[in-house]
Amino acid sequence: MTADIRTSPTVIDTGQLVLPSYERPTGLHPPLDFDAYRSTALRHPKQALVLLPHRLTEVTGPLLGDSLITPTDADLTTQHAGEPQGQRIILTGQVLDSDGRPVPDTLIEIWQTNAAGRYRHSREHHPAPLDPNFDGIGRAITDSSGKYRFVTIAPGAYPWGNHYNAWRPAHIHFSLFGRAFIQRLVTQMYFPGDPLLPLDPIFNSVPDEKARQRMIARFDIELTQPEWALGYHWDIVLRGRGASVFE
Amino acid sequence: MTPSQTVGPYFAMRLPWPDGPFVVPEGTPGAVTIIGRLYDGAGNIIPDGLIETWQAGPDGRFAHPDDPRGATPGGYRSFRGFGRCPTAPDGSYRIVTLKPGPLPAPDGSIEAPHLDVSVFARGLLDRVVTRMYFPDELTANAEDPVLSSIPEPARRATLIAVPEPEGHLRFDIRLQGERETVFFDV
Repeated sequence: MTADIRTSPTVIDTGQLVLPSYERPTGLHPPLDFDAYRSTALRHPKQALVLLPHRLTEVTGPLLGDSLITPTDADLTTQHAGEPQGQRIILTGQVLDSDGRPVPDTLIEIWQTNAAGRYRHSREHHPAPLDPNFDGIGRAITDSSGKYRFVTIAPGAYPWGNHYNAWRPAHIHFSLFGRAFIQRLVTQMYFPGDPLLPLDPIFNSVPDEKARQRMIARFDIELTQPEWALGYHWDIVLRGRGASVFE
Repeated sequence: MTPSQTVGPYFAMRLPWPDGPFVVPEGTPGAVTIIGRLYDGAGNIIPDGLIETWQAGPDGRFAHPDDPRGATPGGYRSFRGFGRCPTAPDGSYRIVTLKPGPLPAPDGSIEAPHLDVSVFARGLLDRVVTRMYFPDELTANAEDPVLSSIPEPARRATLIAVPEPEGHLRFDIRLQGERETVFFDV
């Protein structure tokens, strides 16, 4: 039998209880204390984080099935009687782990502004119009190869008061579970060529340039549907089991 | 890997579910209600946070393929293991669940009953992770490998829920400042 190193999970054999081993990324996620994003000031722990070895609670996680999902959840343009305003987009990609393994059957939740840069939320006061035909919320479950697909409207930029003339670049919020508690990820997807990206403290809180680029979707003319919608492609990579005990 | 970004102030559009706080349906025999508030470093409540919990069942097992022991045959019907509750305008949250059992660890030690807890909020560029332990497990807590690993013993108390009237458990979470909750590098 040929062992495929890429698809066989790394395990630590401890005799009785054998659990998968997940890598611990360093320098990937933003620091919790980040001056340029003012809201971090009173909300970041000042004590050092305590290293938590991964045991049963950490290597398992909620497997939320498609019982949560309705057919219109993945098409944000058909959730009301009328068509929403703005540029229609198709957004698709694959959820993978960092070993290249697809993550199937996992719940993705998204939320975003409408085309005018306005969220449908009671605490949102940006004087841009709401769209009666757009809620800006979606859900999908990845298929057996980890792929997902949304149809939505390109979100708008909006001011956010962090500093003088601060504008968030257009983005879509993503929430993912993966299959383990330690794979849980909440992030934001950005659009290529946005002139606000170099000015945004939240985008630039990610210290590594290559990692920042991985938050930007790719325009895809092949995915673009003639006379209908622009196509964007965005893969999401969760923590994998790559850190082998042999390393 | 894809980096984390803040959940922001508007996640309540999508993430809360009507039954999110109910790991088991309300009224389930043996259910325990966990209540608490989320605080910032100035001692102010945080009204725009999201609390998520993940835990074993009362038998200390997970209905998950990576628990090599497997779920209890027959299992705990309607037990989801996962709870999710946004904080209210007064900073409070509530989770209704069953107390988990103790868990074996790969090194042969036993973990005391606990919930893994994630906190998301505007101003948190990544979630922070803590654990909630039970106040009636003095012996198990004293032997728990995670509690024991916390360098300052006085801070371990921040992870142990406090009994409240009506059998509720209080688990307040302080992101910063005096009595800052212990958070973990996962």
